[in-house]
This record gives sequence, structure tokens and C-alpha cells, in this order.
Amino acid sequence: MNNILTINNLSKKYYTKEKEILAIDNISLNIEENSITAIVGPSGCGKSTLLNIIGKLDKQTKGTIKYNKDKIGYMFQTDCLFPYLTILDNCLIGLKIQHKLTKENIDYVKKLLSDYGLKDFINSYPKNLSGGMKQRVALIRTLATKPDILLLDEPFSALDYQTRLSVSDDVYKIIKKENKTTIIITHDIAEAISMAEKVIILTKRPSKIKKIYKIELTNATSPINNRTCKEFNDYYKTIWQSIDHNV
Amino acid sequence: MSKEYIDYLKREKINKLLVLLFQILLITSLLIIWQYLADKKLINTFITSSPKKVINTIIKLYKTNNLFNHIWITTYETLISFSLGTIIGLLIAIILWYNKFIAKVIDPYLTVLNSLPKVSLGPILIIWIGPNIKSIITMSILVSVIITIINIYNGFNNTDKNKINLLKSFNATKYQILTNLIIPSNYKIIVNSLKINISMSLIGVIMGELLVSKKGIGYLIMYGSQVFNLDLVISGIIILMLVSYIMYIIINYIEKILIKSD
Ligand SMILES: Nc1ncnc2c1ncn2[C@@H]1O[C@H](COP(=O)(O)OP(=O)(O)OP(=O)(O)O)[C@@H](O)[C@H]1O
Ligand SMILES: [Mg+2]
Repeated sequence: MNNILTINNLSKKYYTKEKEILAIDNISLNIEENSITAIVGPSGCGKSTLLNIIGKLDKQTKGTIKYNKDKIGYMFQTDCLFPYLTILDNCLIGLKIQHKLTKENIDYVKKLLSDYGLKDFINSYPKNLSGGMKQRVALIRTLATKPDILLLDEPFSALDYQTRLSVSDDVYKIIKKENKTTIIITHDIAEAISMAEKVIILTKRPSKIKKIYKIELTNATSPINNRTCKEFNDYYKTIWQSIDHNV
Repeated sequence: MSKEYIDYLKREKINKLLVLLFQILLITSLLIIWQYLADKKLINTFITSSPKKVINTIIKLYKTNNLFNHIWITTYETLISFSLGTIIGLLIAIILWYNKFIAKVIDPYLTVLNSLPKVSLGPILIIWIGPNIKSIITMSILVSVIITIINIYNGFNNTDKNKINLLKSFNATKYQILTNLIIPSNYKIIVNSLKINISMSLIGVIMGELLVSKKGIGYLIMYGSQVFNLDLVISGIIILMLVSYIMYIIINYIEKILIKSD
């Protein structure tokens, strides 16, 4: 498979008044095109930092990232919808910023909205939507600029458990249908196993790669169903044991 | 609508009327007592005036002294300094948001200026600018602009970092972040500072008029005290109350229109 992204010997230090913090310590990894990769690791280990560097919101201290395609789409923990814009305008904000509000692009966004069950809400404001719907809108806003790589930083952690399950199912289907390379950070091992083809475990800070698991489930379909695959529990156990737990 | 809900609405309405009734009762009884004490010569009306004398003074002002001209002058000065103070304050807040370095440099000066009672600058303004409407407006802008800068800049700085990152992830320029996020998401804070500014401007204008002017409500009050005409002083204060109350109602109404969309 093609690597869309190759990270070599990446390190990141933060400097504060009191001290310097080594957040990422010499990480190297590949991301394959059209794959979903999950990153799991203890709280505060440097997952967001890694994603921010990949997404060019932050700069590494050392190391290189080679992009084969580098149009990035970012989705955050909170939906970050603008309350004063309609759902459609929220989804168009990226295109507006990039001066790409062509009829063709607008139609593409409208199609995404109606494909994913938000047609009736195009002219509503975010406050009229449920948490799950807002996260779907946030994903569509990210897809609108047709990124090559999707970076999702704990995209479901603001949702309650039920919604979280169904939204992760929806998001998975959308990602697969739109054929996007995706890196997703999560705290939830089950979520990682059920969505990703590859799960990367980071150590506690400074984070290094502890282990990489290739997930192969028989009869894999979609995240909710994948949880009932026979290999699921074994993966869960091994991954749980390999994570540094803070307690 | 259920019966309970109708009852609830009714009770609310009665409550509201009751409050209004007592408000009216309070002011009329105060006026009646004041007039009564004056009529019975229990208070010295040379110093305390009386409702009747105030009304006569206002009528006299209206007939001989261009009452509305004075009111207009004060309103006009207030509106000018309100607009200038708001625009200058907003612009400076934007500049500070653009350039964190300038913001840091200027921070202690803002704090000092904010806590300085602006009226102390009056004598300097008169000497530098002259005893005219310009120094009144300058005084008034000084009163409103610092607090505007501080409020709006704080709002700008507290904008959700995630949303800024979101726009950055689309490669937004600083100007695009300003127009798409910072200003619209601080809309309420900006509108709110309009509200504070109108009263700040009036305070500044009256301070200025007390110091220098030949016209305006502040002038009436000052002139009254110089010639020991307490009727005029108290009439001036009452006119000022009415003017500031009317301004308050208007700005409240404008505020409602401006943030209707929520
Ligand atoms: N701008 C910054 N300045 C200084 N230190 C920072 C900065 N950003 C993050 N850090 C530190 O770097 C470490 C990694 O932070 P990061 O946000 O990447 O962790 P994370 O794995 O995403 O945590 P979580 O699971 O809580 O989201 C933390 O210890 C944090 O305190
Ligand atoms: Mg994080």
C-alpha cells in the first residue's frame, strides 16, 4: 500500500517559564492511504501534540514528516460550530476562508448534508441540533474542503455513551464512503479496535511508540457490529495490558 | 393553554402591576412630603427648593432660556463622544489583539489610566485644548474609551482557542480569524460595551460641562450653584435624570434589536 504520510524521528519539546517539557520522543511511523489509524495513550502523553504537528498547527522540534498528499482536515473534541452561522454556513466556512465558494463546492456540501441526514437543518442554527448531529456537521465541515487526510482528535468524547456509539458508526461509514485516510485519537480502546485497521499505542510522556497492532477482525462491517467479532475481546485485553495506566 | 398556565400568567401580570403601582406610589409620596414640608416651612426652600418651585423653574427655563437647547447640547456632546469613544476603543482593542507585543507593553498603562479619576485631567484639558466643547468631548472620550478597550480586548482574548485552531486548520489569515470569529463571537460583549459607554459618555460630558461650558445641563447646574439658585441646581439634576433615563431606554431598545437573533 501507498504511504500517504511518513514520520521520521519526530520529537517535540515545549518550553515554559519553569521548565522544558519533552512531549514527543523520537517517533517514526507510516500512515497508509485510505486507512484508519487509531492512536491510544495515557492522558497528557502527547497525542494532541502529535496530531497538531501532523496538521501543521504546531511545529516539531526535531525530525521530519514527508507528505505524499497534504491537504489536511481537522476535527476537534468539541464541535466548534459557530453559533451565529447556519448549519450550511458553518459547513462552508473552510471553503470561504480558502476562497473556494464555487457553485460546485457548495453543491457538494449540500449533497453531503442531505446524504447524512441533515437536509432539514441546513438553515437551522447549531443550538437546534443534538450533540450527535453537531458532530456530524463538524465532520461535513471538515470534508467540505476535500482533504486528503482527516485528523480526528477525540471527536466523540463530548458525547454520551449511546450517542457516541451511533455517531462513531455514522462517522466511520462516512469516512469509508468518502474514502479518506484518517488518524483518530481516542481514549476508548473499544472505539479504537472497532474503527481502525491499525492501533498505535503511545507510552506515557514523553511519548514513544509502545506498540502497533494491526487489527484483523473476521466479518468486519461497522464499528457497532465489529464489537461482536470473535477477536475483539482478545485485542481489547492485550491492548489494555500494554497501555501505561496512571493508577 | 391549561388553566394553571392562565392562572400563572395572571399572577405574573398582577405582580408586575403591583410593582409598578408601588413605584409610582413611592415617587408621588416623596414629592408630596417634600412639598408638604416646604409649604409648612419645616424646611428652608432656599436650600432645598420644592416640587412646585422646580416645575416653575423648568417652565421658566423653557420660556426664556432655551431649555431644549441646553438639553440638545448635552445630548449632542454625549452622542459624539459615545461614537468616537466606541470606535476608537474598538479599533485599539483590534490592534492589541493583532499585536500581542503592543498589548503587553501597553497593559500597565491601561491599568493606571483606568483607575485614574479622569476628572483630574480637566484642568490640563482646559489649558491644552481651551474652555470649549472640544475639551468636554475629549474628557468624555477619556472616561469611556479605556474601559471599552479593556472589556472588548478581554472578550477577544477569551475567544475559544479550539475555534481559532479550527480556522487555522483551514489556513485562515489573522484578518480572516478576526472577521469570521473574533468579532462575531464577541458581538454581545461589543453591544454590551455600547450600553456601558452611553452612560460613561454622559458622565464625562457632565464632568466637562461642570468645568468649562457655557451651555448644557451641566452648565445649568454649575451656574445655579454659582449664583446660589438651588431651584436651578435641583431642576438641572432632575432634567439630567430624565435625559439619562431616556438614553438608557433607547440604548436598551437598540440592544434588543441588535441581539434579537438569539
Ligand atoms: N502549548 C504548550 N505549552 C507547554 N506545554 C504543553 C503545551 N501543549 C501541551 N503541553 C504539554 O505537553 C504534554 C502533552 O500534551 P497533549 O495535549 O499533546 O496530550 P494528550 O495526549 O493530547 O492529552 P489528553 O489525552 O489529555 O488530550 C502535556 O503534558 C501538556 O501539559
Ligand atoms: Mg489531547
